[in-house]
Amino acid sequence: MLSIVEIDYGTPKVASSTTVELMIDGQSIRVPAGTSVMRAAAQAGISIPRLCASEMLDAFGSCRLCLVEIEGRKGYPASCTTPVTTGMKVSTQTPRLANLRRGVMELYISDHPLDCLTCPANGHCELQDMAGVVGLREVRYGYDGANHVYAKQPDGSANPLFVAKDASNPYFTFDPSKCIACSRCVRACDEVQGTFALTIQGRGFESKVAASQDNRFLDSECVSCGACVQACPTATLSENTLIDKGQAEHSVVTTCAYCGVGCSFRAEMKGEDIVRMVPNKDGHANHGHSCVKGRFAIGYASHPDRINTPMIRAKISDPWQVVSWDEAFAHVASEFKRIQSTYGKQAIGGITSSRCTNEETYLVQKLVRAAFGNNNVDTCARVCHSPTGYGLKATLGESAGTQDFDSIEQTDVVLVIGANPTDAHPVFGSQMKQRLRAGAKLIVIDPRRIDLVRTPHIKADYHLKLKPGTNVAVLDTLAHVIVSEGLVDESFVASRCEPEAFAKWKAFVAQEKYSPEAMEAQTGVPASLVRGAARLYATGGNGAIYYGLGVTEHAQGSTAVMAIANLAMATGNIGREGVGVNPLRGQNNVQGSCDMGSFPHEFPGYRHVGDDATRALFEQDWGVPLLGEPGLRIPNMFEAALDGSFLGLYVEGEDIAQSDPDTQHVTAALSAMECIVVQDLFLNETAKYAHVFLPGSSFLEKDGTFTNAERRISRVRKVMAPTAGYADWEITQKLAQAMGYPMDYAHASEIMDEIARLTPTFHGVSFDRIDQLGSIQWPCNEDHPEGTPVMHVDEFVRGKGRFMLTEYVPTSEKVNAEHPLILTTGRILSQYNVGAQTRRTANVMWHDEDRLEIHPHDAEERGISDGDWAGIRSRAGDTVLRALISERMQPGVVYTTFHFPGSGANVITTENSDWATNCPEYKVTAVQVTRVSQRSDWQKRFHAFSEEQQELLDQAQSADSPGRA
Amino acid sequence: MSITVYVPCDAGALSLGAEAVASAIASEASRRAVDVRIVRNGSRGLYWLEPLVEVVTPSGRIAYGPVQAENIGALFDADFLHGGEHALALGATEDIPYLKSQQRLTFARVGIVDPRSLDDYRAHGGYRGLDAALAMDAATIVQAVTDSGLRGRGGAAFPTGIKWKTCLDASADQKYIVCNADEGDSGTYADRMIMEGDPFVLIEGMTIAGLAVGASHGYIYLRIEYPHAQRALEAAIASAEAQGYLGADVRGSGRPFRLEVRMAAGAYICGEETSLLESLEGKRGQVRFKPPLPAIEGLFGKPTVINNVVTLASVPIILDKGAAFYRDYGMGRSRGTLPIQLAGNLRRAGLVERAFGLTLRELIEDYGHGTASGRPVRAVQVGGPLGAYIPVSQLDTPIDYEAFLGIGGMLGHGGVVVFDDSVDMAVQARYAMEFCAIESCGKCTPCRIGSTRGVEVIDRIVAGDHGERERHEALLRDLCQTMLDGSLCALGGMAPLPVLSALDHFPEDFSGTAQHAAV
Repeated sequence: MLSIVEIDYGTPKVASSTTVELMIDGQSIRVPAGTSVMRAAAQAGISIPRLCASEMLDAFGSCRLCLVEIEGRKGYPASCTTPVTTGMKVSTQTPRLANLRRGVMELYISDHPLDCLTCPANGHCELQDMAGVVGLREVRYGYDGANHVYAKQPDGSANPLFVAKDASNPYFTFDPSKCIACSRCVRACDEVQGTFALTIQGRGFESKVAASQDNRFLDSECVSCGACVQACPTATLSENTLIDKGQAEHSVVTTCAYCGVGCSFRAEMKGEDIVRMVPNKDGHANHGHSCVKGRFAIGYASHPDRINTPMIRAKISDPWQVVSWDEAFAHVASEFKRIQSTYGKQAIGGITSSRCTNEETYLVQKLVRAAFGNNNVDTCARVCHSPTGYGLKATLGESAGTQDFDSIEQTDVVLVIGANPTDAHPVFGSQMKQRLRAGAKLIVIDPRRIDLVRTPHIKADYHLKLKPGTNVAVLDTLAHVIVSEGLVDESFVASRCEPEAFAKWKAFVAQEKYSPEAMEAQTGVPASLVRGAARLYATGGNGAIYYGLGVTEHAQGSTAVMAIANLAMATGNIGREGVGVNPLRGQNNVQGSCDMGSFPHEFPGYRHVGDDATRALFEQDWGVPLLGEPGLRIPNMFEAALDGSFLGLYVEGEDIAQSDPDTQHVTAALSAMECIVVQDLFLNETAKYAHVFLPGSSFLEKDGTFTNAERRISRVRKVMAPTAGYADWEITQKLAQAMGYPMDYAHASEIMDEIARLTPTFHGVSFDRIDQLGSIQWPCNEDHPEGTPVMHVDEFVRGKGRFMLTEYVPTSEKVNAEHPLILTTGRILSQYNVGAQTRRTANVMWHDEDRLEIHPHDAEERGISDGDWAGIRSRAGDTVLRALISERMQPGVVYTTFHFPGSGANVITTENSDWATNCPEYKVTAVQVTRVSQRSDWQKRFHAFSEEQQELLDQAQSADSPGRA
Repeated sequence: MSITVYVPCDAGALSLGAEAVASAIASEASRRAVDVRIVRNGSRGLYWLEPLVEVVTPSGRIAYGPVQAENIGALFDADFLHGGEHALALGATEDIPYLKSQQRLTFARVGIVDPRSLDDYRAHGGYRGLDAALAMDAATIVQAVTDSGLRGRGGAAFPTGIKWKTCLDASADQKYIVCNADEGDSGTYADRMIMEGDPFVLIEGMTIAGLAVGASHGYIYLRIEYPHAQRALEAAIASAEAQGYLGADVRGSGRPFRLEVRMAAGAYICGEETSLLESLEGKRGQVRFKPPLPAIEGLFGKPTVINNVVTLASVPIILDKGAAFYRDYGMGRSRGTLPIQLAGNLRRAGLVERAFGLTLRELIEDYGHGTASGRPVRAVQVGGPLGAYIPVSQLDTPIDYEAFLGIGGMLGHGGVVVFDDSVDMAVQARYAMEFCAIESCGKCTPCRIGSTRGVEVIDRIVAGDHGERERHEALLRDLCQTMLDGSLCALGGMAPLPVLSALDHFPEDFSGTAQHAAV
């Protein structure tokens, strides 16, 4: 069902520089050439009846309600499939058309249940609307003919056409008895999502919608993106929440809190209750599409595990004690002050998260810098995209992706490296697939055969199946081919890049050791494939590189990012639409949290704390002296904690105990601290080591902004009151006040006003401006009042682009007899990050445990069968997961996800990290895998500890119950 | 000196025992130590005489038929190898009046040549059209086809030259020629006869089409139930390739044209050109909306000429003998000849290629020799299952596209199915709706739901009480109008034609209780 507030214009918008003038119902209308008659009419406010058309889908012409009369043309052309022509004269309402439409509606209703009053679509059903519009008063065929409506035929026998409801999907129900066979669901699955899970089965009157080979939805290839549900004009595909609650009464635009695509949604509400989330067609990042997480997996916000009261305890072995907010703030302030007075000013710090809003993150770093008086602030981007910030700043001059998502519409060659968009960035993955189906070429560089390599109507032209840890080697071999085969865009390089750096780089990559042939043994990639891919990227037209954590989370993460920027510069693939360097950000606000100065060495806008002018600006605004020395990064904090010099930590929205590498090292550090304050929705893994718990608010409960992977700042809007009383920024503000530092923002917009005031790239940003434009891509300032979709257009942010030398240095994490396999980690579509949110939704029906993916050959050697317990041991630790035999893997490489804390994926990962930014080397861990019969010791300890902590929480909650108060 | 005997390998003749006849002749010849060369030709189209065996004699080809294997001994005894007299002797084939009176342009070689022999094809005037076309530029070829007045013989009768020009004018890196050989209309077999009896003429026609519009690749989308045609086409394509008539460099012109046969999906709707293209692309056979026309966005989104077998097979003679030669046949806007396929309740069913203009009555009486049952003709369905039922009062309508439109009918692919007076036209009307219901692709509402409702309403009319008749008939007529005006393609858009014509011309059959008097 469409959103309750959006207008659907029937066919997709057409971009054309020429316009056409025509007459519709006597009204003169001018529209872009190529526009359909239907859309032209809709733009003029003339509504033509229709059922199979939607502006999300290509015209189809099947329902035959939108027929019109056109002067000089025979018959009754369908307005959806007829493009406008100059001087065309269209009549949308004539007696003949009225009869025709009534005749068609009469047919529809002769095969449709008459239960409108009790139907979930009641009040917002397109079929119902059309029956009203055409004035259908009678169905002369009666209702006892062939139908899909009734389970039994008049004679009592089973109706062979009837198909019972399919309620297998946890989020929506498929009721074929209400289907009008318009194919909108099928087309949405094909055209929008690109999964091709649905089809029309059978023909003629027997035509019916089927998932895969007539499977239940849950058992089919369906990825539960919901595009079909949104496209359905009747109640055939309805959200279960809509069925339960009825139609919403108002709608609020907000931004998804899952991945870095940053989809815009309309939260359809009944008061403060969400009926359903509908992707916003005007959303610039998602254009009305969504994935299973954003659309459906929001139940965590009202999950019983939410903690709604502040709690404190002296030791982590004590039961939690429920306290008032004031008591909690006073306690934290007193503890932090005590620690600072005992151990020094540097003994405390804060960690913010990419899940927080910009305003929240800004306040956390301000709290640390201004109220704690040090620079010990870091963010979880440390463990994901810190190399992007470093690498792109060094080469291009700005720590951000260069394009908007829509740029891909102009791309001829898509190069995906270390990213798995169909799982981790599904909505952009779908847009990428649309472009690939339209003919763009594809190069995938990934150790695994990710879905994109072979998916319906798409096949990668090159899949460079490298060995984990050899990204830089492969990128250098690509550069070698480009340089040695004369494929450099010399004029671009000459006009846009530093000549000396380029000359050095050229000589560097031209070395024979970087030839694909010389590197083949190390990378595992046949030289011919490297050469082919390099030629395609360099000469295939607009080439765009998309990368993810498979690039950054390595010992040479920053080097790989620079190597990518080098490739783009050398081939002139930067500075216009269709090209560029595009980091796909894992979490919703990775870009924003970095922009907001959450790294220990940078103020907002990537300005070093050592820069006197910048520091002076902030000192003046904030009214306190600020330190010019960078503070501690997250791993340094752990080291300092174990050294006894860092003992107080404020963590907002980040679960370091699960997400950071070498879990046992992390938990040892946490155990060493004296006051850990966790602000979160749930008692997460870190909170089990905390002394203070401050209940946070979900994205539905507060105002603010998120900045997605394309630098797009979008509004998060409060649709319900915070369950614990405060938005997160208010909690930080209260904490600052308790620490004695004045903060007095009445609304999140005032925080953004301060950010804009102090950050040149944000000068033009305000909540009002975002409301006007829908969203804004920074830089947004005097030079770019409407933001900047594509960066580095005429010159690089740093002036001339700088080629950096990218020596391949093999990681110290090497396979040997003891640890002969490489473990790499990643994500799956249905789960998100540490799973705190998605594990508390029905998404667990698709993925309820992390599995170890292993190639059949490696499994066979170890006597491991699918589903067996597999023990995984690295030099850091060991854990046990059930095996999943998979030919996606290459022999020698195993893979797992890290969505469940008990999996212990990070017990295995090591302390190795990127040389420049300390981003952990999650993607390469040498391991041995053996068949085992029980969980690992760590897992046993973990479960015992978790049970104990749950018990301590339960004690607090029962103490808090009214009977005991 | 061996004696040449022709025994058809046409599927129609085979179904009547031609294979047994051929082997009986071979074994009898061997037994009698007579040197006989058996050539498997196509059918002459005189199906009531099949298997029609022809013997080459100094005075020409002498026909015997219908011949069964058990007649062979007697035929040898009668010295049929030298044109001897026998009860089955028909005299010189060319003098059989049914054949002699025809104007065979498209079918000029069908039944005469060995369909596997490119030499035979060339010996009978084959590839002269291509030779002429190779000397012309593309626009001149298209102009010749336009000037000939040739219209699409698949049923829609769209001017072929205009279609080709549209495709010629579309610029693209790749264009296609697609032959619609998914012949599925009831009572039609002209396409099959050509493909089995003279496959090179189709190949030549498609090659010329390729030159005319700049297409380098062609597909023949062949009805799945035509295995003999498949073998004949594939053999012919292989010889044409081997001798440089197809391939990277057609006849040394430097221009490529390749051809492939693709077996169809076994659905009537896949004979509709846009469904055909979907099916050819490997997708579900579902109708596309137009525009865009296939000539601009056709197969795989590329400009595509899609024509029926007979249309394409008529092109070589136009290029060979000139547009005027072809245009001089026919009447009004219907130029050239139409291969008419007589079927149904007729004494002499068969293929009649004649210039447009003769009447339906001439076809039925002069060629068909009246009904096989001997009862009076009551209705004639022209143009396949979607064609109107024509009453005896309209039998003088000339075979002409516009004349048929004038009586609410259509010529379609030239199928003529005759019914005697035992026919129940309500049953026939119901069948039309049922056919549509079975064959509908299910895309558009009027056809998908309407055809099923149509069957139900006709059932009610037939079963119902008299009082309800008027109400039901009004509903049926409304439904027909909705389907006519609202359907996406010709299946739903024309299925009402037989229904309405039955209602209009034979209302007495819909009176419910009253069965037709003659039964």
